[in-house]
Amino acid sequence: MSWASERDVVVRVRGLSVGFGRRLVLENANLDLYRNEILGVVGGSGSGKSVLLRAILGLVPRRAGRIEVFGRDVAALDLEERRLLERRFGVLFQGGALFSSLTVAENVAVPLREHVGLTAALAAEIAAVKLALVGLDPAADGRKYPSELSGGMKKRAALARAIVLDPEILFLDEPTGGLDPIGAAAFDRLIQHLTQTLGLTLFMVTHDLDSLVTICDRIAVLADRHVLTTGSVEELLAETHPWVREYFHGPRAARFFSPDALNRSG
Amino acid sequence: MLEAMAASVIIRAEEDRALLCPSGRWDIANAAALDQRLRDLALPDRPVRIELDGVEAMDTAGAWLLVRTRRRLSARGLAVDFAGGKPGYHILLDQLEAAGAAAEPPPPRGAAPLADWFIRIGAATASFGTGVLGFLYFLGQVIVTLGKTALRPRRLRVTAVFAHIEATGVSALPIIGLVSFLIGIVLAYQAEVQLRRYGATTAVIDLTAIAIMREFGVLLTAIMMAGRSGSAFTAQIGTMIVGEEVDALRALGLDPIEVLVLPRLIALVISLPLLSFFADILGLFGSGLLSWIAIGINPTLFTERLANISITHFWVGMVKAPVFAVIIALIGCYEGLRVSGSAESVGRQTTRSVVESVFLVIVLDALFSVFFDVMGI
Ligand SMILES: Nc1ncnc2c1ncn2[C@@H]1O[C@H](COP(=O)(O)OP(=O)(O)OP(=O)(O)O)[C@@H](O)[C@H]1O
Ligand SMILES: [Mg+2]
Repeated sequence: MSWASERDVVVRVRGLSVGFGRRLVLENANLDLYRNEILGVVGGSGSGKSVLLRAILGLVPRRAGRIEVFGRDVAALDLEERRLLERRFGVLFQGGALFSSLTVAENVAVPLREHVGLTAALAAEIAAVKLALVGLDPAADGRKYPSELSGGMKKRAALARAIVLDPEILFLDEPTGGLDPIGAAAFDRLIQHLTQTLGLTLFMVTHDLDSLVTICDRIAVLADRHVLTTGSVEELLAETHPWVREYFHGPRAARFFSPDALNRSG
Repeated sequence: MLEAMAASVIIRAEEDRALLCPSGRWDIANAAALDQRLRDLALPDRPVRIELDGVEAMDTAGAWLLVRTRRRLSARGLAVDFAGGKPGYHILLDQLEAAGAAAEPPPPRGAAPLADWFIRIGAATASFGTGVLGFLYFLGQVIVTLGKTALRPRRLRVTAVFAHIEATGVSALPIIGLVSFLIGIVLAYQAEVQLRRYGATTAVIDLTAIAIMREFGVLLTAIMMAGRSGSAFTAQIGTMIVGEEVDALRALGLDPIEVLVLPRLIALVISLPLLSFFADILGLFGSGLLSWIAIGINPTLFTERLANISITHFWVGMVKAPVFAVIIALIGCYEGLRVSGSAESVGRQTTRSVVESVFLVIVLDALFSVFFDVMGI
């Protein structure tokens, strides 16, 4: 993008260790997230992807390490600065985390109500537009409660809430899990558009090989309790670590990552 | 001042068309002001071009305001197009154009207060009706399940029963003990103040002992248990419903009544009478202590008088305990199973469970009193 310099780091993680009880989930993890890139985060189940995301957001205490967002150490921020920072984040949690006592439309309007003083009518309109963007029907689905939604609809509603403020950094935890392939493809397109038009930066935990190939600029691999390596698909294909080899050369991956498949997807 | 300069829009009339010129930062921070500005603008009556060159930044909120304006103008039969600006703007506008067609916000809730009020009364009545019917149905299910378990005792979840006895009984000992002890003191003190006028201070012992054993010990324990354990049952089961855990049990072929309700019911039926007994003892201890300190009745005299009181009074109190336990456990579990999937509903049902069980416990206590009176006990 013309208005964003390529190597501008928006999130810098250094030496991060997170543990629960006596077990360390992350140990000495390092990661850079550049402005306006889409970073895919992959790793086995239970390898600590969600924990890494939560640690960056300050939701789990860390044992050691330093996390800088927009060049500021998050541990050194006071409450007001934290609030302002969080306003620039959008988060989609793995389980959706919709507020169960609000309707879908109200859920999406929460950040609008809390962070910007919009009139109720305009907030409802913008919430409806976002719902339509993620493929929900604002009139029919908007008035439902989260307990009345299907799994994929919950994901979409949560995504609508995550992007409602046009955040600068969007954290997504398995956004396409539970979506049908058409919905997942539409999601990929939506994300691409948003990064192009709004200069979004994306931190996306995903198991969706399609998303990895189609929209991710770089991929970070989480294994052995730290960020093993980061790089483009081509660079990771050359990686020798057994888990990475298994991931990118396994039977499922072969369909996506073989040279001619890569050529096809451009 | 700066706020007003941040973003704006003007309209310029040319001979065969109108030029709508937004400028500044069309983002969410300025959306409220821009929304108002667009509403105040006199809409033109000729084809419109929206000229984006002056726009410094645009996010979806700003873009939506423009798309909405364009849709309004188109609805009046005017041709509208966008021109100029950064290429990204047009991608965004096109995307919102597509989404905008589907974007009808749902009508806001609770627009008519009076109608709402009647709706609420109706809903409350209906919910009361279904609640009573549902409770009877639930009672039937519990009895059937109890019967089945009695026939095959190995199906009873003994570990769960003991865990609930610990949670509802053992860990309630300190608070129940403290409350009954204090009530014993208060009762004895009040009785002493009144009876001193008749010179019958030793009757304090009989009066307080009978009151504690017949009524206060068990009633206080039951009310404390309704607040402490009945509410916990509702919240536990309700949270499990929200997390689809109860559905998971059913899908695994397990009966929620057997797995969740029976252990709680049995545990409370065991622990509440024991707690009542404990409450009786500490209540008597409290009244004895006060009698000794304030009236000078020494412990020997106190225990002698106590021994002369008929044991029936004690049993009258104890008989009520398991009945109260059944009420509290059943209502607690029933209200938990009625939770409907939101955190709010867990809270609502928990409140209900406590209010209903306290109310029923007191009503039943009154009925017991009438019954014992008629029987001459
Ligand atoms: N609150 C917690 N308390 C204790 N352990 C936790 C907690 N949260 C996560 N863990 C542990 O941390 C490890 C990493 O969990 P995490 O949720 O980050 O996995 P993940 O990489 O996101 O997996 P998945 O792809 O299945 O979502 C797991 O072993 C998990 O058991
Ligand atoms: Mg996870």
